[in-house]
Amino acid sequence: MSHETAASEASAAPASADPAVQRPVPFRGGGFVHRPLGSVAPVVFLAILALWEIGARSGFISPIALPAPSEAFGALVDLATTGMLWKHLGASLYRLVVGWTLGSLLGIAFGLAIGLFSLARSGLLPLVSALFPVPKIALLPLFIIWFGIGEGSKVATILFGTFFPTVIATYAGVDNVDRNLIRMGQSFGLSWLSIVRKIIVPGAMPAILSGFRISASIAIVLLVAAEMIGAEFGIGAYILMAGALFALDQLIAGVALLSVLGLCISWLIGRAEKRLLSWRS
Amino acid sequence: MQLALQNISHRYGGTTVLDDISFTVDDGEIVCIVGPSGCGKSTLLRIAGGLERPAGGQALVSGAPPEGSLNPLTYIFQDFALLPWRTVEGNVSLVLEDHGINGRERRAVIADVLARTNLTDFARALPRQLSGGMKQRVAIARALAVKPAIMLMDEPLSALDSQTRELLMDDLIALWSRERFSACYVTHNLNEAVRLGRRIVVLSRRPGRIREVVEIEMPLAERAERLAELEKLQRRVWEIMREEAREADREITDVA
Ligand SMILES: Nc1ncnc2c1ncn2[C@@H]1O[C@H](COP(=O)(O)OP(=O)(O)OP(=O)(O)O)[C@@H](O)[C@H]1O
Ligand SMILES: [Mg+2]
Repeated sequence: MSHETAASEASAAPASADPAVQRPVPFRGGGFVHRPLGSVAPVVFLAILALWEIGARSGFISPIALPAPSEAFGALVDLATTGMLWKHLGASLYRLVVGWTLGSLLGIAFGLAIGLFSLARSGLLPLVSALFPVPKIALLPLFIIWFGIGEGSKVATILFGTFFPTVIATYAGVDNVDRNLIRMGQSFGLSWLSIVRKIIVPGAMPAILSGFRISASIAIVLLVAAEMIGAEFGIGAYILMAGALFALDQLIAGVALLSVLGLCISWLIGRAEKRLLSWRS
Repeated sequence: MQLALQNISHRYGGTTVLDDISFTVDDGEIVCIVGPSGCGKSTLLRIAGGLERPAGGQALVSGAPPEGSLNPLTYIFQDFALLPWRTVEGNVSLVLEDHGINGRERRAVIADVLARTNLTDFARALPRQLSGGMKQRVAIARALAVKPAIMLMDEPLSALDSQTRELLMDDLIALWSRERFSACYVTHNLNEAVRLGRRIVVLSRRPGRIREVVEIEMPLAERAERLAELEKLQRRVWEIMREEAREADREITDVA
């Protein structure tokens, strides 16, 4: 748009050679900059919902293909009033929190070891590189044998799924810490532990936190996949059940729950970034 | 305290970077090291401070450090090397924490060095909020906090614009007049060298050897007024360096 105005201004000022006529220098610096437009996102979201609702009610969208959003909302309300919402959500959150926390803690520990010790790097890094691309859900049957059909196998799937990206984010973060800062620490006689605690870990924190974003979304994907295999409760089990019964309103409700869960987690990580990385402008 | 470098040689891979360098830094003396780009000045300073092991020769210190010195050989870096996640106070505090200086004593030391570098008002600022000159002042405050005997400065003013450089140079001279620290001062800038140096060690291009040592008797405090004489000295140093610098400029390097 600024493109057009610039062009029209340029043509409006005729290239007259008269030296007495002063004309403004045409502006051509516009565009390529993003302005935050806070109100656009909810409007788009509501517009899609409204169109969908209208389409469903007018019969343009067949109820067999896609239920109206109001029906999905009704299913959600049903779920809440029967108390099943908390049961499903609680089971899922428990698995997610335990699996992700353990996976992240182990991942940070291994990542630091790989980042700090040559022996750990030569020994563990090839292993991590070999196992990282394996879809952890493929290992679920194995985990069921090892950890039982109950919570163990589900938590283990999420744990392994978050472990590898966290390892890689952490050791890459350690590698990226400014060498000059480490040298500065050494030149002031800081102990090894102080250098790790006060220079390397805070320096790797941005990378670790962006690793969290990735590992959290992997965790949600694995959560649903694991719950689709032999779980009584959980959002994944709910979605699977709804799908088996072709209760599409419930299916949509379950998917909406997942999406809200993902948004909440990304908001929490955003808050953590704000707090821990406030030093970065 | 004295620092003596004896027959220092150093190699990276197959490239000889330093060749048989010997000189001493006496008590309360600023020795400037100049030389063409890539001749091994930073390497020499790292060796002097014990951050790198020389391939040959040794770096020796003699005499007792001043009372209460926590870190006799202390660096000031070209890129300031401040922790971006710590405030000005926190950056100074960092180097005291490990020496078991805590509580009120630490606060007192921090307040003292910030006052001496005119940074008291910036105690709670983060490095990114400060100008380059202010950042280097913080680095100087941090160095003062550990009561160094010998300061090792690697182009401390090179990252600053020329006005800020003048201001900081005046600060350094005032500081030196009060505290009489010894220093090994690496620089590209011959003007800095003649303004600050008691002696100027001129290195050849790589492999760095000592070309000449220029002595300057004029007291530091008088130098700001006797610029004409300094100008002559500066030209003399430049004459020594000129060919080396030209040759170094035309070299093709295959070391990173
Ligand atoms: N860690 C290293 N590994 C390999 N080569 C190195 C290393 N550090 C420095 N060198 C090489 O050694 C030579 C001397 O480097 P040094 O940084 O000491 O020079 P300098 O005189 O400080 O240069 P400048 O004036 O650019 O700061 C350079 O050619 C550089 O490429
Ligand atoms: Mg250098």
